Amino acid sequence: MDKVKEVLSKYHNEKENLVQIMLEVQKLSEKNYLPDEWVRYVAEALDLPLSKVYGVITFYAMFNNKPRGKNLIEVCKSGPCHVNGSANIIAMLEKELGIKPSETTSDGLFTIELSNCFGACDIAPAVKIGEKVYGNLTQDSIKNIINPYREGFN
Amino acid sequence: MENRNILSARFGKIKPDSVEDYVAAGGYEGLKTAITMKPEDIIEEIKKSYLFGRGGAAYPTGIKWEQAYAVPLEKGLKYMVCNADEGEPGTFKDRHIMAEDPLELIEGMTIGAFIFGAEEGYIYCRGEYSAIQETLRSAIDNAKKSGYLGENILGTGLNFDIRVVSGAGAYVCGENTALVESIEGKPGRPRRKPPYVKNAGLNMKPTVLNNVETYACIPWIVKEGGEKFLSIGTEFSGGTKLMCLSGNVVNKGVYEVPFGTTLRELIYGMGGGIPNGRKLKFVHLGGCSGTCFPEGLLDTKICYNDLRKNGLSLGSGAVVVIDDSQCVVDYLKVVMEFFEEESCGKCTPCREGTQRMVELLEKLSEGRGTDEDIERMKDLSQIMKNSSFCGLGKSVPIPVLALLKYFEDEFKAHVAGKCPSGKCSMSGGKK
Repeated sequence: MDKVKEVLSKYHNEKENLVQIMLEVQKLSEKNYLPDEWVRYVAEALDLPLSKVYGVITFYAMFNNKPRGKNLIEVCKSGPCHVNGSANIIAMLEKELGIKPSETTSDGLFTIELSNCFGACDIAPAVKIGEKVYGNLTQDSIKNIINPYREGFN
Repeated sequence: MENRNILSARFGKIKPDSVEDYVAAGGYEGLKTAITMKPEDIIEEIKKSYLFGRGGAAYPTGIKWEQAYAVPLEKGLKYMVCNADEGEPGTFKDRHIMAEDPLELIEGMTIGAFIFGAEEGYIYCRGEYSAIQETLRSAIDNAKKSGYLGENILGTGLNFDIRVVSGAGAYVCGENTALVESIEGKPGRPRRKPPYVKNAGLNMKPTVLNNVETYACIPWIVKEGGEKFLSIGTEFSGGTKLMCLSGNVVNKGVYEVPFGTTLRELIYGMGGGIPNGRKLKFVHLGGCSGTCFPEGLLDTKICYNDLRKNGLSLGSGAVVVIDDSQCVVDYLKVVMEFFEEESCGKCTPCREGTQRMVELLEKLSEGRGTDEDIERMKDLSQIMKNSSFCGLGKSVPIPVLALLKYFEDEFKAHVAGKCPSGKCSMSGGKK
């Protein structure tokens, strides 16, 4: 909770920074989610009704209330990636990790999420793992990309 | 074809956040010129340049700034806000500006601050670009250290600071009023208009809001003059445009082209044409909310007037090329799923309409569709166009109606139980 406090004071405990605060707080969780007790803590610190805070975090796609994998694999499924074979990439990831989109591997390492474009259409089909974007993917290259993450790379 | 680099001249040649590199490569000349001019005269140059908003709405920037300038100071200090939410699939030009030459955006906003006497600026950058946000922050810090931002800029007495605010994954926040709601820390749902943001935007104060590429054009216009900018483009479309080429094309990427270049030159010249010996089926222009058209319109010039005459609009500059191995029903379903997920849920026509569109397209792609379903899509399009609350819902029907217009036979083939390109599962089967 001390770290949450630090984020709050970085943003001067200001209500209008709620989205920015939550983005940073979510990063602290290491499971890419916002634990309920942290959300309650932030709501109280900013003097906002809990309903308002949940109203915000459920509105934006980047927030989640349930634990996700340490590494979030976002696969773009929008038009430009779709016509470059993103469905094959999704199928390959499903096979490789043994999970479906929105599911997390049992070791807690990976969650696959389908994304609505992160602006990497020039290297479609693309995936984003954490803050890194990988493009021009083939069924073979995707395997080589996720393997280092299995060994603790991030 | 002449290659005119106004916006991309420094791409890849300078350290993006370095003020020294930027200045050595001709940066900040615009601001230095601007501070010797009267605000009205700067606005006049922008008007002469025929610069149109590059985010998609194509509103003349000079007129927008003239109107904003006329908003009396008693209403409060104006905010300079930059829309860097770039969520339109197929668009990645703002990413290039911010990652490779962020100071041209910052300089453009600072010139605006000088005109309007603004003290606070915001760059609302999509959450997906978190790494680029750091580049922006670093460039801002460096500009402050060098006296180009912060207090008493270049000795003019102007105090102006810029903050980078992150989005958190919501396409609708590209809409002006939704964007300011989001900066205020709220869900990014659009507001009723009027009041427009120029009168009551961020914190209900007068707000000047432009796209990244629009701001990035300003320093050049001020430095070289509006007429010179106009002379690069066509009669009514000044300057150059960053076009984003993606989809089934050999050389995907961002290309800076002068207005007047044809779509064919872009796709087959710079883009290298369609890979794997395939043929072009259609082009989706301007992002998901843009229109689609077949080969026949490829000789249209990239120019607001010529595009409009042909029923097209440039939008953000996204050019998604679709080859003949693709299926229109399958592609349109992907586009509609995008809107279904990104609809903010505020108004019924958009929230429900996008879901029904996806359902109808699922029926067609599974071989369960009927002729009535095609008619329903047309009816629903009219309803959404007429009664949606904001531009998101209003523009959903654009690709639907365009694809139905040009490829109705292919939709009908699905009704008859056959997907000509074999992309659709047709798993529902025909009885």
